[in-house]
Amino acid sequence: MSEKEDKEMFASGHRMCAGCGEGIAMRTILNEAGPNTIATVATGCLEVTTTAYPQTSWEIPLIHSAFENAASVASGIEVALKQMDKKGETNIMSFAGDGGTFDIGFQALSGMFERKHNVTHICLDNEAYMNTGIQRCSSTPYGASTTTSPAGKFSIGEDRPKKPLARISAAHDIPYVATATIAHIKDLKKKVRKALDADGPALVHVFAPCPTGWRHASNDSVELARLAVETGVFVLWEAEDGEICDLNITHKPKERKPVGEYLKKQRRFAHLTEEHIEKIQKEIDEKCEQYGF
Amino acid sequence: MTKVKITIGGINKDAGSSKEYKTGGWRTMKPEVDVEKCIQCLKCFDYCPDGAVKKTDDAIEFDLDYCKGCGICAKECPVKAIVMKVEEK
Repeated sequence: MSEKEDKEMFASGHRMCAGCGEGIAMRTILNEAGPNTIATVATGCLEVTTTAYPQTSWEIPLIHSAFENAASVASGIEVALKQMDKKGETNIMSFAGDGGTFDIGFQALSGMFERKHNVTHICLDNEAYMNTGIQRCSSTPYGASTTTSPAGKFSIGEDRPKKPLARISAAHDIPYVATATIAHIKDLKKKVRKALDADGPALVHVFAPCPTGWRHASNDSVELARLAVETGVFVLWEAEDGEICDLNITHKPKERKPVGEYLKKQRRFAHLTEEHIEKIQKEIDEKCEQYGF
Repeated sequence: MTKVKITIGGINKDAGSSKEYKTGGWRTMKPEVDVEKCIQCLKCFDYCPDGAVKKTDDAIEFDLDYCKGCGICAKECPVKAIVMKVEEK
């Protein structure tokens, strides 16, 4: 534990569920960013659990924006600091969940990338709108049962694949894009540091399991994030300076585990038959081939 | 209910004030560490969502004011020095 970590930048007493992956992600990210940081946060689990008025879990200046504009508000902060001749002195970060990044906040995020603001956007991905009661979003993977894509006699739950957000972001030709999980802490820290040091917009897409929405045991959160990488469901990579053809895969599993191991631990996938799992496995095999392993 | 005085713009100047809210009451399982077995790898510190793991000189200890009893520390401990026990009140 380094000196810097002696003071936690993300205070205890937040109202996240027991075993919440976002808690692990936020502690790691804010401790790495340090006190000289200004953050914006979109509506989502992170906002409702950490800013129950009059309390806050944040040890850094924070502004809660609307659902869609965390990245725009962060852009504004960056420009204001530039006007005050304080360019580059402070880390500016915007935080949003998958709803606030993949769907609702995407135009603001894309605009921030396009205007080349020096802002690091963190997407905490728990694969549905968990805060409002597990509604599907464009991050929800194929086959997952949610309250708005319920599994039943004629439905296998969500019927569309997950949107490749990080690759879409990399296509904006921005200095740094990376994917990370809460199981690979050192990797996550390294990527957050690189994103903050990049001169321009950066995105870190953090995979954070949700015991409530994915319906798994609370002590399985880290294990599931690890399994997602080892089965190839979630690929860890980084892309610097808009390089989207030759991605740097930061963690290649030596031997890919069957995807069933990952799916069977979660009740949102409990309705899947062996045929469905085979189909998902085939899609993952194809995806991993694209990534080159 | 205590009365809360609302500031202009709802600005909250007390950073980290959520510490006033003790989430330990949510717990049904309680972690216990075997100090002899602990190798101080601090995996439990990294993986605690609630910042409830504190480092001591020879091992770690739990801040039971905030521990929600999720059990990630016990599961991730490489030497199985942490066990979860049913909370007795």
